[in-house]
Amino acid sequence: MDSRNSINSPTIFNITTKVFWLAAVLIVLAGWIASSTIPAFKEFPEEWIFPLKDYIDRFFEWIVYEVKFFVGTFAEFKPTDITRGFVAVMKFPLEFTESLFFNGFGKILPPLPWITVVALAFLLGYWIAGLRTSLIAGFSFLYLALFGVWKASMETFALVIITVPFVFSLGVILGIWISKSARVERFWTPVFSIMQSMPPFAYFVPIVVLYGVGDAPAMIATAVFAVPPVARSVFLGLKSVPNDVIEAGLMMGVTPRQLLWRVQLPTARNTILVGLNQGIMMTLAMIVLASLIGASGLGSKLLTSLQGLKIGQAIEQGIAIVVIAVALDQLSQAYANKPPVYKDRTLPWIKQHPYLSIAGAILLVTFIIAYFVPEAQVLPRKLTITTRKFWNGSVEWIDDTLYDTVQPFRNFMLLKILIPVRDFCRAIPWPTLVLLVGLLGYRFGGYKIAISGALMILFPAIMGLWTPTMTTVYMVSLSTCICVVSGFLIGLLSAKNKLLGKISIGFCNFFQTFPSFIYLIPVLMLFKVSDLSAILAMLLFAVTPMIRYTILGLNNVSSNIIESSRQMGTTSWQRLLKVELPIALPEIMLGINQVIFYSLFMVAIASLIGTQDLGAVINGARSGNKVGQALIAGFCIAFLGIASDRIIMAWTKLKKDKLGIRE
Amino acid sequence: MSRPVKIACKNVWLLFGKGAKSFLKKHNNQPTSTQILKAGLIGAVRNVSLDVHEGEILMIMGLSGSGKSTLIRCMTRLVESTGGEISFDGKDLLTLPKNQLLELRRHNMGMVFQHFGLLPHRTVLENIAFPLEIQNIDSDTRIAKARELVKVVGLEGRENYFPRELSGGQQQRVGIARSLADEPDIWFLDEPFSALDPLIRREMQDEFLRLQSLLNKTIVFVTHDFDEAVRLGDRIAIMKDGELIQIGTPEELVLNPATEYVEQFVRHAPKAKLITVQRIMQDDTKETVLVDSSAKPLAATDTLEQAATRIINSDKALSVIDNNGEIIGSVSKQNLLSAMFN
Repeated sequence: MDSRNSINSPTIFNITTKVFWLAAVLIVLAGWIASSTIPAFKEFPEEWIFPLKDYIDRFFEWIVYEVKFFVGTFAEFKPTDITRGFVAVMKFPLEFTESLFFNGFGKILPPLPWITVVALAFLLGYWIAGLRTSLIAGFSFLYLALFGVWKASMETFALVIITVPFVFSLGVILGIWISKSARVERFWTPVFSIMQSMPPFAYFVPIVVLYGVGDAPAMIATAVFAVPPVARSVFLGLKSVPNDVIEAGLMMGVTPRQLLWRVQLPTARNTILVGLNQGIMMTLAMIVLASLIGASGLGSKLLTSLQGLKIGQAIEQGIAIVVIAVALDQLSQAYANKPPVYKDRTLPWIKQHPYLSIAGAILLVTFIIAYFVPEAQVLPRKLTITTRKFWNGSVEWIDDTLYDTVQPFRNFMLLKILIPVRDFCRAIPWPTLVLLVGLLGYRFGGYKIAISGALMILFPAIMGLWTPTMTTVYMVSLSTCICVVSGFLIGLLSAKNKLLGKISIGFCNFFQTFPSFIYLIPVLMLFKVSDLSAILAMLLFAVTPMIRYTILGLNNVSSNIIESSRQMGTTSWQRLLKVELPIALPEIMLGINQVIFYSLFMVAIASLIGTQDLGAVINGARSGNKVGQALIAGFCIAFLGIASDRIIMAWTKLKKDKLGIRE
Repeated sequence: MSRPVKIACKNVWLLFGKGAKSFLKKHNNQPTSTQILKAGLIGAVRNVSLDVHEGEILMIMGLSGSGKSTLIRCMTRLVESTGGEISFDGKDLLTLPKNQLLELRRHNMGMVFQHFGLLPHRTVLENIAFPLEIQNIDSDTRIAKARELVKVVGLEGRENYFPRELSGGQQQRVGIARSLADEPDIWFLDEPFSALDPLIRREMQDEFLRLQSLLNKTIVFVTHDFDEAVRLGDRIAIMKDGELIQIGTPEELVLNPATEYVEQFVRHAPKAKLITVQRIMQDDTKETVLVDSSAKPLAATDTLEQAATRIINSDKALSVIDNNGEIIGSVSKQNLLSAMFN
């Protein structure tokens, strides 16, 4: 299509706004009438349901119990031999870090004393980015020691330290591979978007079936979750290497391998390390979550506390997780921004590597101290601080004093808003929604988006999961609406006020390091188990991207445009409504897109505190190891996300083309 | 020009689009622009033939999108030409196997880039030594060589700086030093000074001329700046829309622009500095009353700028002598004026 045409004419993909609204109204009316006369439209008929779930179960049974290779020879093996073999192999590095951080190496060597770890954290922070980072890292670990969560933290830490290199190297390999050919890229892009929009709980089930439970299966689940962003960063980094640099390399006569390892990868260092930072944060979040499939550490402790509604303990453990997250985030972010420094190779080793030398000295001195002072090895319980009583007290206080305000609010929200919206969503006839999504897709993205969008919405109906899917839609749309409105307002104020902007960006950065699990604690404390708690958790988790993108969009409006509109004598309201918002809108839409993804991610986790949607379906499948059910429900969530993503992205692209903004 | 040919391009084509190679074959390597347009192809380099002579500075001049940068990428095989022939020292470059091309690039070709193309994680010294490092030359040798080059480009004292700590001009000095580390015999410069401020650009041009007087390389230099082309080049090739419009010495271009397009460029060229006396003289060797035979004759290769004062101050025309001191013609005020203001 001629681009100029699409700008001037009112039609987009051949339908005018009028026709679009007319079609939308027609679909709604027809759906309403049809569903009240034809029962198959009201409720998806059971005999139309495609038993994909059973096929998947059958397939996994076949894989686990029946397939054998090289039958009859000495090399006969089953697929599970490979998966269990992997688990067995991963035991070795895991055992090593476990010994290092908390078990000790038999009777020969104790584990790292807490004073060693804390001192090394101070040093590492200082080496990477100076005093501030040093204090953050050091005090974080000091907190873990003093507040009596040392052992659980070290369990988590031991697992993270093995998983990060595993995830990172997979990501680098995949990223390099993708950058090699457009065809490989075309294959992996949709796979990545499914991997990233699938709730982790859904693939926990097949992983448990194939790999069992424990730390090694948790690593696999983490890889599914955290490898895509790392691979994407590596890919983007390699793509962003300036052409001049590559050509300069080629003109020197580098071999393809030298080009990759000595030119492209080092030049892309910063982008790749940003990917490493994301990988680390996602690894931590997942290791915590993977306590559901037997990963040890803070996650499993937190899970037990939450299940027992021991809020005080849960808060302590939650804070410990946040503390680790902040420390790892600060360290890895600072490392990504650390420029290379010149090293004089003629100096003696100690002077060339001052930090390594100090680390060695610290190791030696602290071990000697710990040998003579047992308190320096493991801090005895009586020396640790606990805030449990305080938290439990506050929970009781909230129950006693706030009950009268919280309870009516909770009832009001549930009865007047949540339940009516839920019933409305559930009452939408399935053909209506499928057609509406198709129409929307057609208007913004053409027939491809229309068909794929409609099919993705049809999928839950065919799988017989329409009602739980619509329950998910109800929770996600409610939380999205609230997030969009509140996030937009906060973003707007922050974009207009420098100080407020700094504060909200700081808050966004801080809250984004929280593993998703954590958000369940405060809502549980206030509102107990209910849909309201779930939606509030989703809200807390998903509001950050809205704020961030609103600020970004408004701040990105070019100062030339603002100046010229000031010159025309616009009031600040006119400027906002007629100039800034229309230009910032595409960016803001990207924020909405993120909000939907975040909400969908949280919806599955929120099922832990009792909901009745797809999350609950997955959760139910988890306890019975029903692979098919878990995967299908996971796909339903993923498809909701991908369908809305494709439509929003198509709309954003259309808008950006109109405004002449290209990335 | 009697110097031997270093690189010879013959009917070189670079077409973008599907089936470009077979399209070119079908049209016997001579498609017309309408045929190219019809086939939905884009011609980046069209039927370019030119020779680069040993020891000369050949400027390739054109505006953006004229195919000038693409043409030198065809010569270095950073881009694979769609059709035509390119020979390097008599060898067929386009069919050269990969490993021989690698050797050629490692030992015979050097290239400088517009945006420098330095490796951000390496110091000045490590950047300059990098071409030697990839050939697995030992550390002492390559560091010694790099130090020597740092001196040549005048960056002493900044050996251990990183590119981010240098100005644009300094970064390009590193780029130049690096491209010389292999001691190439042909040197490609792709708009090396375009990203620099005007003052620095001027300084770098002088630096370039100084280096060339030391090194005597064969140079292919791409620029979009006609003044730069005139200032630095022995010959200039003017390109437009992928085609070679005209190639010649600055003087030839100024005196005989082949098309209106070339004329637009040369209109503001410093004619007095480019045109030599021999181009404007009258060929009559007979001494007439109009020639001042008592005055010292002019040399044929003097520029008008050098000769102007004397021509203007003389009442009569002046004789012109060649290298051997023989009179070959005469120049009058009228000759000078018509050359300058035509």
